[in-house]
Amino acid sequence: MSVLRAAWLIARKDLLVEARSRELAYTTLFFALACVLVFSFAFVQEGKAVEGAAAGILWVAVAFSGTLALGRAFERERQSETLRALLLAPSERAAVYLGKLIGLLALMAGVEVVLVPIVGLLFGAPIGRAPLLLGGLLAAGTLGFAGVGTLFAAMLVRAHSRDVLLPLLLYPITVPVIIAGVRGTGSIFAADPNLDAALSWLSILVFFDVVFVLLSLWVFDPVMSE
Amino acid sequence: MGRVQPAQGAGRLTGFVATDSTCDFHRVDVVEVSRHFGRRRALAKTSLTFSAGSIAGLFGPNGAGKSTLLGLLSTLVRPTSGEVRYGGQPAAALGDALRGRIGVLGHDLFLYNDLTARENLLFFGELYGLSNPAAHVAAGLAHARLEDRANDRVSGFSRGLRQRLALERALIHQPRLVLLDEPFTGLDDESAGLLAARLRGLREAGAIVLMATHDFESADGLVDRMICLKAGRAREITADRSGLREQYRRTMAESWS
Repeated sequence: MSVLRAAWLIARKDLLVEARSRELAYTTLFFALACVLVFSFAFVQEGKAVEGAAAGILWVAVAFSGTLALGRAFERERQSETLRALLLAPSERAAVYLGKLIGLLALMAGVEVVLVPIVGLLFGAPIGRAPLLLGGLLAAGTLGFAGVGTLFAAMLVRAHSRDVLLPLLLYPITVPVIIAGVRGTGSIFAADPNLDAALSWLSILVFFDVVFVLLSLWVFDPVMSE
Repeated sequence: MGRVQPAQGAGRLTGFVATDSTCDFHRVDVVEVSRHFGRRRALAKTSLTFSAGSIAGLFGPNGAGKSTLLGLLSTLVRPTSGEVRYGGQPAAALGDALRGRIGVLGHDLFLYNDLTARENLLFFGELYGLSNPAAHVAAGLAHARLEDRANDRVSGFSRGLRQRLALERALIHQPRLVLLDEPFTGLDDESAGLLAARLRGLREAGAIVLMATHDFESADGLVDRMICLKAGRAREITADRSGLREQYRRTMAESWS
């Protein structure tokens, strides 16, 4: 079986499980919205947001809710040790990584579809100024974040302190992704927008994506073997 | 991966052949295998051979190394030293396709609680690349006697029903090597009898069955070989008429130095 076919089967299974329980969708969305709402009270004064706040808060919400989703997605595989069953399948083990990553990306994309308009509304951010570029930054940034996060969450699935260790390992590695996302989004949202700068940040994010995902695919099999 | 295709009827091991003959085998050799977890020795220089058409029982106290041995044979655990050979070849030489010839029923059941019984079997059937997964799923549900609960979520099943479904999940791809960890857990008398009959059927079909259990009553008369483990060391016991439990007690009371 090809890696992509196996990855699709695993992602489809994850989405079916999520459609049944809606556990991840509700918790991550509620968390992200609560985060944005709280920050809006701090950074919006008399209807005007602090310069650059919208981009930063959007990415903080994406990162925090993404971490929550990563932990919970692998907690499901831990409950009946189903991760071991996936690793026993006769396809390359990279398929397990890709499948979990695709499922997480679909979930985070769903959260961002709701989150971005809320940020636009609460912070007065011009989300319609360069929608394709904004979408590209979010897609590339989410892929970089979830690409590393999926590897770490899988590695930590049997660790006792996994909920503590995941952010400790994940955030230092993904700081460049978050910074590039914030700067690129900030370039679009600025009073004096600089779309060329946003495009440059997008290129940097794509570079991070390629590096992170290729490295994760390469090390997934060895790190998952006991 | 070699796709497993139905050659005769669904639900019989003899009816399925692996089209990629390079990933099939009729013998498994554990050669001087040791496994350490940090400073703890789980298995020490163990050598065993398992042949097609046999059921071997693994017995031993908790922590003796039974699950480690099953993990090593399943390829999930790598030996610290020594080698496991499948048909004379190491696991690395057979690649990912080897896992398509191994079926594992763990103590944890490897089932998704939010999926139905049918969806669980179908997911794993597709993941193993079966050419007609729906037929395999129907046969598996029939073997587990779960046709009337096929569309119920597994979260609503009792332990016994889950155990029956998990066994069929492990066997859906007609594996050559069948590794079972406490397969009788949660089963009532009738289900335990049916499981024993299922395992005898696998033996007749040429499977290599290795079963770790503490249930001597269920295993008595079923296993062809008795392998005892104590502190990571294995010893094969020649069967006599005194029964598995008595032989086990005698063996464990002996000095293993």
